[in-house]
Amino acid sequence: METTVASFLDPVKGFGLTFATMFRQKTTEQYPEEVKATAPRYHGRHVLNRHPDGLEKCIGCELCAWACPADAIYVEGADNTEDKRFSPGERYAAIYQINYLRCIFCGLCIEACPTRSLTMTNEYELADDSRQDLIFTKDQLLAPLLPGMEQPPHPMRLGDTDTDYYVGVANRASAVPGNDEVEGRLAGGPGHNDPLREES
Amino acid sequence: MGLEEKLPSGVLLSTVEGIVNWSRKSSLWPATFGLACCAIEMMSTGAGRYDLARFGMEVFRPSPRQADLMIVAGRVSQKMAPVVRQIYDQMPEPKWVIAMGVCASSGGMFNNYAIVQGVDHIVPVDMYLPGCPPRPEMLMDAILKLHDKISDEPLGANRARREREGYVPRELVASSVRFSKEGKAAAKKAYAQERAK
Repeated sequence: METTVASFLDPVKGFGLTFATMFRQKTTEQYPEEVKATAPRYHGRHVLNRHPDGLEKCIGCELCAWACPADAIYVEGADNTEDKRFSPGERYAAIYQINYLRCIFCGLCIEACPTRSLTMTNEYELADDSRQDLIFTKDQLLAPLLPGMEQPPHPMRLGDTDTDYYVGVANRASAVPGNDEVEGRLAGGPGHNDPLREES
Repeated sequence: MGLEEKLPSGVLLSTVEGIVNWSRKSSLWPATFGLACCAIEMMSTGAGRYDLARFGMEVFRPSPRQADLMIVAGRVSQKMAPVVRQIYDQMPEPKWVIAMGVCASSGGMFNNYAIVQGVDHIVPVDMYLPGCPPRPEMLMDAILKLHDKISDEPLGANRARREREGYVPRELVASSVRFSKEGKAAAKKAYAQERAK
């Protein structure tokens, strides 16, 4: 007799829980209509940055391509000339491609980049129906020109040598407003304020 | 002199194409089928937080004969390839394939003799989804882009006409853009223009 009562009460208990859940807070995210922000350092699509005058930061060194565990990056460097200059210094990337069907978004390329040219955005909606279109070329990866920037090729506007760009005026307070720490470290040259360097 | 002449167009009567495509895209049932780590992300997409049921596709069918979407979630080894193909062959037409993650799309970082370099060597793929693994939003974005592709599919005489005249498919738009207020308004405008033609 007791078992009959219990077997009757069991579904009541079960559906009771279901009913009570209706009044609890919903966890569902309404994705396409309301997009929640990713973590600030989420590894999304890459971007090739520019100097404040519009010159490209990429120097075509291929370190990103060497670091890539999936062989997703293809770079071909070329020499800058005085009348056709894309980046400060000697070389620039003539061809830059990232194959997003190989890229695993690990960020090793970002760690390898010596000029902070390659960074990642938080953009992730990349699905496409063609393998060809998912190989992003340089014009798709380059950061858009902000106000005050000029489309390369053009001569160096922020100094006479590439040193001015990487450790000099271009990276000083005018370029990074209000960031004294960055300014101090850059002004001191490479290795300054670097704890590992000081130990040795 | 029928009822259809009195009604404003687009209220009651639609084209067969519109209804068929709408019903096809509104109840895509994926096959329960995961090969590697991407499947974990696919399961979380089906669970409460991301909730694929909002798009009429929460039922992952255990039998390929009841499924019309194959989400290839993970790397396909050479040994698994015939199995994947058999699952695809067992699915009834019409059917679609999403290559989820870089391994399924191109082999990803596993560029070696054991892994099929892209599942499109075995089955026709409708949507490639990068990521390792793609987050649930990315999978939903791929699914919604596939929905858009399905609802753009011409049928019968339209298909013949569009193929003859060289058909340019609708451009794929990121879902967060397409489903924003501005995106919805733009889609409405484009639809009205198409009807006016």
